[in-house]
Amino acid sequence: MTVSTGPTHDWDALVVGGGHNGLTHAAYLAKAGLRTLVLEKNELVGGAAITEELRPGFSFTTFSYALSLLRPEIIQELDLVSHGFLPLMMPSSFHPTGDGDYLLLGDDHGQNVQEIRRHSPHDADAYDRYHHDLDQVCRAVQPLFDNIPPDVFGTDPEDQADVAWLLEHLGSVDRRVLHDTVRLLTGSASDWLEDYFEHEAVAGFHASSSIIGSKVGPMSPGSGLVLLFHKLGEHDRHLGSWAFHKGGNGGFTQVLARAATAYGAEIRLGAQVSAVLVDGETATGVVLADGTELRAPVVVSALDPRRTFTELVDPVTLPGDLVDSVRRMRFRGVSAKVNFALDGLPVFPALPDTDDHFGGFLNIGPTIEYVERAFDAAKYGWYSERPFIDAAVQSVVDPDMAPPGKHVMSCFVQYAPYELRGSTWDAEREAFGDRAQAVLESHFPGFGDLVLQREVVTPLDIEQRTGLTEGNIFAGEFLAPQMYFFRPAPGWSQYRTPLRGYYQCGSGTHPGGCVIGSPGRLASHQVLRDLAR
Amino acid sequence: MIRTTPFHPRLSELDTQRLYTHWQGHLSPRRYTHAPKHEYFAVRNSVGVFDTSPLYKYRVTGPDAERLLATALVRDVRRCRPGQAQYTAWCDERGFVRQDGVVLRHAPDDFLLTAARPCLSWFAAVGEGMRVLVEDVSDAWAMLAVQGPRSRAVLSSLAQETTGLAFFDHAPVTVAGAAVTLSRTGYTGDLGYELLVPADDALDVLDAVLEAGRGHGLRPFGEDALSVLRIEAGLVLVDVEWTDSRLAQTDTERVTPTELGLGWMLGGKDAVHETDRAFVGWEAIRRELREGTTRWRTTGVVVDWQHWDELHRGAGLLPPVVEHPHPYESVLYDAEGEHEVGYTTSFVWSPVLQKHVGLARVRPDLAAPGTPLRQEMALSHHNTSVRVTTTRLPFFAPERKTS
Ligand SMILES: Cc1cc2nc3c(=O)[nH]c(=O)nc-3n(C[C@H](O)[C@H](O)[C@H](O)COP(=O)(O)OP(=O)(O)OC[C@H]3O[C@@H](n4cnc5c(N)ncnc54)[C@H](O)[C@@H]3O)c2cc1C
Repeated sequence: MTVSTGPTHDWDALVVGGGHNGLTHAAYLAKAGLRTLVLEKNELVGGAAITEELRPGFSFTTFSYALSLLRPEIIQELDLVSHGFLPLMMPSSFHPTGDGDYLLLGDDHGQNVQEIRRHSPHDADAYDRYHHDLDQVCRAVQPLFDNIPPDVFGTDPEDQADVAWLLEHLGSVDRRVLHDTVRLLTGSASDWLEDYFEHEAVAGFHASSSIIGSKVGPMSPGSGLVLLFHKLGEHDRHLGSWAFHKGGNGGFTQVLARAATAYGAEIRLGAQVSAVLVDGETATGVVLADGTELRAPVVVSALDPRRTFTELVDPVTLPGDLVDSVRRMRFRGVSAKVNFALDGLPVFPALPDTDDHFGGFLNIGPTIEYVERAFDAAKYGWYSERPFIDAAVQSVVDPDMAPPGKHVMSCFVQYAPYELRGSTWDAEREAFGDRAQAVLESHFPGFGDLVLQREVVTPLDIEQRTGLTEGNIFAGEFLAPQMYFFRPAPGWSQYRTPLRGYYQCGSGTHPGGCVIGSPGRLASHQVLRDLAR
Repeated sequence: MIRTTPFHPRLSELDTQRLYTHWQGHLSPRRYTHAPKHEYFAVRNSVGVFDTSPLYKYRVTGPDAERLLATALVRDVRRCRPGQAQYTAWCDERGFVRQDGVVLRHAPDDFLLTAARPCLSWFAAVGEGMRVLVEDVSDAWAMLAVQGPRSRAVLSSLAQETTGLAFFDHAPVTVAGAAVTLSRTGYTGDLGYELLVPADDALDVLDAVLEAGRGHGLRPFGEDALSVLRIEAGLVLVDVEWTDSRLAQTDTERVTPTELGLGWMLGGKDAVHETDRAFVGWEAIRRELREGTTRWRTTGVVVDWQHWDELHRGAGLLPPVVEHPHPYESVLYDAEGEHEVGYTTSFVWSPVLQKHVGLARVRPDLAAPGTPLRQEMALSHHNTSVRVTTTRLPFFAPERKTS
C-alpha cells in the first residue's frame, strides 16, 4: 500500500488509545504497510485489559479478567500464537445456590445434565433445548456480528447492496430462530429463561451473563441482548466458553502490543492526545497534552464515542444530529471490581477437599430474584446491599498469578452506579468493598481471614484510568438502540466520521465492548479500503 | 483380569471420573476430572503427572549388553554414555520398523529399555550366543511422568540433582527414602521428567511428588490430554502411526524409519556408508537410501482455518474443533484434490497453537514444508476435502523442553 506522505506527514496513521482495540487496529494497519503510531496516555497499554502486580508475586487483573468474545480470525490473521497468545480454558462454572448447595458445571455434558437433574428433573432436558436454541440464534447473528453493518441510510449502490445482503440473510433464517432472536434482542433474560427452566437456581445461573456491564436487571427488557452477546464468544469453538489468558487480560494486551510492533507499528506511552487537528473538513493529525503536534492523513480514535466526537474534536464542527445522538447515548456504568490477594483457597463448606469448583467463573447471584433485588438499589442511585459477584480465583488455572499456595481472586461486582445519590465513590469505596466481602464471607466462611490485600475499583476509577465514560465497561451500553447500525450513532456505524481521515475503532463501535477486537479489526478494513480508493 | 499400577491406589482417589482405557492390560485413566483441558493446560502451563507404569521394562546386563543393543536398535547405543538415555526404535530384517522405546544406560554393561509392547523373546533371539541377560522387570518398576514448565521446580525440591539434568540425561536420586531413577524424558514435548520407582515405594514417592506440587497447580493427567500433547510434540504412536512390521499383514502397513520420520536415528548422511555397525534391518535400509525407494515422508499438516470455516459455514454449521484425535486416518490429496498423495494418521485441534494439526505421511516429492495439499473430510454426509499445508515437525517445541 502506498500512501502519499508529504513532508508534513510524520506517520501514515495515528491511533489514539492503546486499549486492545487500538492495538488490534494498529497491528492490522501496520501489517498492511502503514507507518502506524499508537498514542497511549497511560504508562501501560491495555486500557481496561491490564494486569498489575500490586503486591510482589500477586498479579491483579485490575479491570477485565476473562477472555471469550475475542474473534478467532484475529488470532489467526495477526498470528498471535507466535507472539505468546495462550488462552487457558476455564473448565468449570460454579454457582452456589444460596442454601449451601451448588451447581457445578464442566466439560462433560452428561455430568452437567445430571448435575442439573439433581436440582430439577424438569430442567435436565430443558438444558439441552436451551443451548440448542441459543446456538441457533448465535448462528443467525454471527454474520451480522462479524461484518461492518450496512449503512441503511446510505443511498449509493454499495450501501444498497449491503442492505440487500442483510435482508437476504435475515430471510434465510428459520422463522422460529428469527423470532427467538428478536425476543432476545428486545426482551428480558428472565422471560426467555422462563420458557426453559423451572428451578430458581438453574435459571439464576443462566441469567448471570444477562446483566454484565449494563444498567439492567435480569427482569428488565434488554437483558436478553446482554445474555446473547455473551454467548457469542467461542473459545476453541465452544459458544459461550471462557478462558483466562496467560498472565490475565493484561497478558493478552501485551501479546497484541508485541504483534503490533512486530508488524512495524510504534507505541508511545505517556502520550495523552488532547485534540485531533482539523483543517477544514479533514483531520491532519493530533496534538498531545504537552503540545507536541503529530501529522498523519489517517487519525483513528480508539476511545469511546463521547470522547471521539465531543472531546477530541470540537463538536460544533460536526453535524448536530450526530452530536445529539452521542450526547443521548447511555453510558451508565454500574460495575466495579473488588480484587483480592488471598493467603489460601476459600472453602466452600459443601466441597471441602477439592479445587475443581475454582477452575472457572464463580457466580454469586443464586437466583434471578437475588440479582434483580441487587439491581433495585442502582435504580435509585445506590449500590447493592447484597451485590451480584462474578468471580474467579485465577491462580487456580494459572499458578503464575500468585506465589505457591497463595491466590488472587478477581471479583466483578454489581451494582455500583457511577452516580451516587448523596455521596461520592471516594467516600464509599471501602464500604462497598465490605459489602462484596460480606457476601463472599456468607458463602465461604472464614474468607476474611484469608485476605492479604483488597483492591476496590469503582466506576469512577474505571473512568479516570481508562477514559471509559461513566465507567461503562462497554464504552456505551448494550441497548438495542445503541447496537449494530445505531452504534455509536445512526448513520455512523461504519467506523468513519464526518471528518475526512478521522475514524473510530473503540468498543463504542460495532459490535461493541468486551475483549473482542472486532471494532479494531473491522475499522481497519474500512480505513484500508478508503485508502485504496 | 485387568491390572492396576502401583500408583493406582492413590491416583484413583484423585480420579472423579473412573473412566479408563485398558493400556497393556492395565487401567489407565482417560481423565481425572470432567475437564481434560484443565489437565492439558497443567502440562503446558504448570505441571502434570501421568502414570506410565504399564510400559514394558527390560533390564539388559552383561559384557555383551552393549553389543546386543547395538545390534538390535536403530540408534547407535554406543554413543549413549552411562547417565544418558536415547529414544530409539528397532526394525525387522527388511528394514521396517517394529517398535520404539527409550533406552537408559546405567553403566557400561547395564541398560534399561522401555517399550510399549512386549519384546523379550525377540531381544533374546538377537542376543543368542552373546554374554548378556535380558530380563523382564516390568512389574518391579512403577513409572511416573512429571511434565510441564514447573516440573523442574517441583522435582528439584525433592532431588537437587534435577537442576543439572540435561535433556535425555538420567541420574539415581533418592525421593521419599526410595532409590529412584530420574530421567529428563517424556512424551509431551515439554520440559519434563520421568521417575522409575521400585514398585513397593510407588505410593511414598507419588505422595512426595503430589505434596511438592501443591501450590504449583500440579494435577494428574490422563490419556485424553496426553493424546493431544504428543501430537503437538510430533511424537509417533505405535498402532496409530504405524503397525509393528512383524505383525503387519502387508507392506502398505509397514514403514521404514525414514518413512516414519525417524531417519535421524540412522546417524546422518554418512551413516549410509558406515559398515562397522550392522543392526537388524541395516542392509535393507542402506539399500532403501541408496536406491531412493523411500515411499513416504512423515510431515506435519496444518489446516487452512479459513477454508475449514468456509466449508462448515457453507454447510450451515458452526465451525467446530476436533478435540479428540480422530480414531481413523484421512487420505491426503494434491492441491487440486485429484490424486491421492498420502494420509494423515493423527489429527486434532491444538489449544496452544490454535490450529488443527495432523501427523501425516506424504509422497517424498511433496514433503517440503509449505506444500499445499488437501485432506479428505466428511461433512454433512458428503465427502469433501479441506486445504492443508505441510509443515515441519514438531508443531510445538518450547525452548524450555531442552534448555
Ligand atoms: C471492570 C471491568 C471488567 C471487565 N471485564 C471483562 C471481562 O472479563 N471480559 C471481557 O471480555 N470484557 C470485560 N470488560 C470489558 C472490556 O474490558 C472492554 O470493553 C474493553 O477492554 C475495551 O477496550 P477498548 O480498546 O475499546 O477501550 P479501552 O480499553 O478503554 O482503551 C482505551 C485506551 O485509550 C487510552 N486513552 C484514553 N484517553 C486517551 C487520550 N486522550 N489519549 C491517549 N490515550 C487515551 C486509555 O488509557 C486506554 O488505554 C471489562 C471492563 C471493565 C472496566
